[in-house]
Amino acid sequence: MTASTLPSLSHEELRRYSRHLMLPDVALDGQRRLKAARVLVIGAGGLGSPVALYLAAAGVGTLGLVDFDVVDASNLQRQILHGTRDIGRSKLASAQERIADVNPNVRVDLHPVQLDSSNALEIIREYDIVIDGTDNFPTRYLTNDACVILGKPSIYGSIFRFEGQVSVFGTTDGPCYRCLYPEPPPPGLVPSCAEGGVLGVLPGLIGTMQATEAIKLIVGIGDPLVGRLLLVDSLGATYRTLKVRRDPWCPACGTHEIRELIDYEQFCGVGSAPAANTVPYISATELAERLRRGDDVDVIDVREEYEWEIAHIEGTRLLPFADVPAALATLDSARDIVALCKNGARSAAAISHLQTVGFRRVWNLRGGIDAWSRDVDPGVPTY
Amino acid sequence: MSVTLFLPAVLGKLADGTAIESGGATVGDVVDDVSARYPNLAARLRDSDGNPYPYVTFYLNDEDIRFHGGFGAAVRDGDELTIVPAIAGG
Repeated sequence: MTASTLPSLSHEELRRYSRHLMLPDVALDGQRRLKAARVLVIGAGGLGSPVALYLAAAGVGTLGLVDFDVVDASNLQRQILHGTRDIGRSKLASAQERIADVNPNVRVDLHPVQLDSSNALEIIREYDIVIDGTDNFPTRYLTNDACVILGKPSIYGSIFRFEGQVSVFGTTDGPCYRCLYPEPPPPGLVPSCAEGGVLGVLPGLIGTMQATEAIKLIVGIGDPLVGRLLLVDSLGATYRTLKVRRDPWCPACGTHEIRELIDYEQFCGVGSAPAANTVPYISATELAERLRRGDDVDVIDVREEYEWEIAHIEGTRLLPFADVPAALATLDSARDIVALCKNGARSAAAISHLQTVGFRRVWNLRGGIDAWSRDVDPGVPTY
Repeated sequence: MSVTLFLPAVLGKLADGTAIESGGATVGDVVDDVSARYPNLAARLRDSDGNPYPYVTFYLNDEDIRFHGGFGAAVRDGDELTIVPAIAGG
């Protein structure tokens, strides 16, 4: 966009963006570029929160938000777009209200959908820059491929526990996500934040880096994180930058054999996870009835010890998932065995493992301890 | 040859910590040595055929080994090998 076609700033905007206007590298021209910019934030969660708040405050003219989730109490430790009064509301409704308060000059376009192969190109096409703040592998590969196909830069951020990654993919000369990770890990190998936990301020660190990269690209200043991967270790207080080379054989940005979007759930093997109904289930109410009758059932809780300390069910025993293979001798294949975890995913994998080594009388507690709390004993807290 | 292998915290729990001293002539030698010393870590570093996973990137100093011969990449005294598995949280 040439200087003559950039939008002008009102008196109110000149006052609001005063500290940007005094930066010679941003100045009036840069601020007008920010106002003209259209940025799509995929995910209004941990990463999307600081990204959207800072880009709104910085004066990005149009922010698109993609999310289909509602605010849960467990989001509030890190998702600062949302507040206590927003619990149960749609994340987009809460985000829109918060952004309007931060900067009413920003136009917010809401996309209350799950991004998938049928809608990604249509949504992303309308924007200049995409922020990848998603929380799962299928949507990350989908976002990457859609951005490469459309030629849109994608600012990648990812977090786990105390560590995070940031990079800029999909630029004309730079690499893409597939150059760094050609294929995703099998489902269940890498725990999500819901399963593995995450330090609340970590998405703040990573998200503000993503917002910084977006502003640099829009204004055209600095050295963007193109071809570089920033690793952040919050515990070690270390930041490290590694090279990401464009892979000439990359099917997305190298050979361009990916010309249209594929089935990313299938690509990431999501449908083949053991949780996908391949193991026998028992409901919380059925298990409660069996225990009440005094049936001989060995109920193993495959969560971690720190989760057991938060909440557990009387009459069950702790056997963390990683210890199951070594503890087979403590299990009697003649007895009925029920495995449980927080919501049924890890215990399904544990049951699947027991089946492969010959156990037949095994069941997975459907919905885990969360279902027990909901359907049997509300005195057991959820977390 | 002395090489320092850096692991993310989640894998460091399967070893003695996040920085492990090792050695060898190639990245593969270092992976062999560390896998023998920490059997629980072995399956997280390479597949059953001994090859790197597409979702666990190895950096020799600041270069992705895929572009430098994979596990066959030569290591020198004082090199740093950093393991960067894919994460997806957001």
